[in-house]
Amino acid sequence: MSGPSTYNPKSGFEKWIDTRLPLPRLLHDTVHTFPTPRNLNIWYTFGGILTFCLGVQIVTGIVLAMHYVANAGLAFDSVEAIMRDVNYGWLIRYIHSNGASMFFLAVYIHMFRGLYYGSYKAPRELIWIIGVLIYLLMMATAFFGYVLPWGQMSFWGATVITNLFSAIPVVGGHIATWLWGDFAVGDATLNRFFSLHYLLPFIIAGVVGLHIWALHVPGNNNPLGIDVKSPQDTVPFHPYYTVKDAFYLVLFVILFAVFVFYAPNFFGNPDNYQPANPLVTPPDIVPEWYLLPFYAMLRSIPSKLMGVIVMAGAIVTLVFIPWLDTSRVRSCRFRPLMKQFFWGLLVCCILLGYCGSQSVDAAAFGIIPLVWVARLATIYYFAFFYLIMPIVGLIETPRKLPASIAQSVLGDTAAASSSLPAE
Amino acid sequence: MRLNKTALGLALGLMASTALVSAASAQETTNTTRLHPKDVAFSFEGPFGTYDRGALQRGFQVYKEVCAACHSAQHLAFHNLMEAGGPEFSEAQARALAASVKVPAGPDDKGNTTDEKGNPLMRPATLADHFPSPFPNEEAARANNGGALPPDLSMIVKAREGGAEYVYSILTGFHMTPPKGFKVIDGKYYNPYFEGWNISMPPPLANNSVTYSDGTKATIDQEAHDVVTFLAWASEPKMEERKRVGMGVLVFLIALAGMLFAAYRRVWKDQH
Repeated sequence: MSGPSTYNPKSGFEKWIDTRLPLPRLLHDTVHTFPTPRNLNIWYTFGGILTFCLGVQIVTGIVLAMHYVANAGLAFDSVEAIMRDVNYGWLIRYIHSNGASMFFLAVYIHMFRGLYYGSYKAPRELIWIIGVLIYLLMMATAFFGYVLPWGQMSFWGATVITNLFSAIPVVGGHIATWLWGDFAVGDATLNRFFSLHYLLPFIIAGVVGLHIWALHVPGNNNPLGIDVKSPQDTVPFHPYYTVKDAFYLVLFVILFAVFVFYAPNFFGNPDNYQPANPLVTPPDIVPEWYLLPFYAMLRSIPSKLMGVIVMAGAIVTLVFIPWLDTSRVRSCRFRPLMKQFFWGLLVCCILLGYCGSQSVDAAAFGIIPLVWVARLATIYYFAFFYLIMPIVGLIETPRKLPASIAQSVLGDTAAASSSLPAE
Repeated sequence: MRLNKTALGLALGLMASTALVSAASAQETTNTTRLHPKDVAFSFEGPFGTYDRGALQRGFQVYKEVCAACHSAQHLAFHNLMEAGGPEFSEAQARALAASVKVPAGPDDKGNTTDEKGNPLMRPATLADHFPSPFPNEEAARANNGGALPPDLSMIVKAREGGAEYVYSILTGFHMTPPKGFKVIDGKYYNPYFEGWNISMPPPLANNSVTYSDGTKATIDQEAHDVVTFLAWASEPKMEERKRVGMGVLVFLIALAGMLFAAYRRVWKDQH
């Protein structure tokens, strides 16, 4: 779909630029005329929303870094000074802290959308794998960021997560010490986490560039999961998708604003408004909601090393999805069996999140120990990718695919009479 | 199929037996879990809620005359008392309140940090000063409070699960008869709204702990309600501004969404 460029420099100045640095040509071809399937639905607007989220986090983060002090003795008070004494500091910090949650909300929708419509299948494997890398970088960045306010949950979250490395046989303890820069989480740890928290978003931005570049080679997948066959199947990105993405982006920002202005601590933990105290362990150490499913997996396994392996495995597994899915058909719309297993996976991930948010010995309805719920959900998670995906792809009879995107959207007659979009 | 059923039966059996064990142990250990906080109405709740100005001023009086004897509120400065969205004392009142307390002074122009008797130099506070803490350090605070550390109150409402209602429940949760068999530890007090039910803080409020200048009757409930309003403001001093700005932002975003929706429909009209 990234066919020959249609850019046509008009003025002498544009020609001059085009022969030296064809940036206008790049923009023209990627955001203006880029042929995009005409049937993309609301779930396809989250790519743009995620780019927006990254931009918001970087801009607010740079301002916060102007006022924040990465020192174990001063960090907590400096954050509170931002909230009280910096002009609109409360706004910038609440946008940043809620922005992380909104970012993950959007990325989870984006990932499940890719999973449902088979967007990882050939020829889009690299888009998916780069996406998994972005997700991994996001988790690291979010974890480092959560440590910076140096509240109780910051400190103890950092302690629990970095201690996971000590589960590695022989060298684990040394790795943990090396990560801390000390013999426990402390000032040195806070400083390096701040440095990395500032660095990683720019790496994410670079990898997002690769993600979009890779996307622009085969072009978008679509809810039907069938290839674009003729120009009738597509519309130019601008104005069709710029206006659609803008509309849904604003709806998303409305949700974002409701949290920032009316429930700014909804996603937070009250304990993080208490300064870090290495001598007092909170009764329940809970990570941020977006890491809870992995935390539940970790806790459901009695052996620490096995727990770490399972947790890391849950993320690494995502990389292999393009080859674990044996189906010829991309979209779950035409996969009656896979569709059900897909919803099962979503339910399991939400269940795992819930289990991770509760204390270790909690029980649902007072009788079902959550640790067992988490175990079953973990088993389903891995079974989904390593058993269900390959097997269902082989035994399932997919429903009949439509002949083309245009036929599906416009009906037979309209497609035949070929109403080319105005350009 | 048969194997499946066996496995399912095993799994269910295991789950049930684990559940029984954990339920039994839960009954012994969780009987001092704190009670759910009382349901109290506050002026600052909801998207349009603001702090009741009178309650903030009375609450500050309770804080100053009762709480501040043991608790610090390090993140509050005297100038906060005159800022919009807070107790909104006049500048003269805020200056007078600041001047009524002494804070450690720096070295004088001869470099002395103590007076002739060896006492540290002190000066009256100004608007720029933060509220002074009752104890010079954590050790002194603990030594004066039976080993317990009175927490800083600047963010107490945000730093506790249950927020304002939790703090209110603690303040009004004394003077109840402990259930039979529950032992109140020596030097502690029974308060079922506190985790473990044994709290180190003696009942801080009584009827007429303070005398309100606006004629409000100083009952325990009234004092607690006022001081919790003050502490909620201390935790979120920009709440009123936040809600006000938020309303403008939402109105703008909804109008923008409406216009974008119209544009979206118009652009796509010929495509469906």
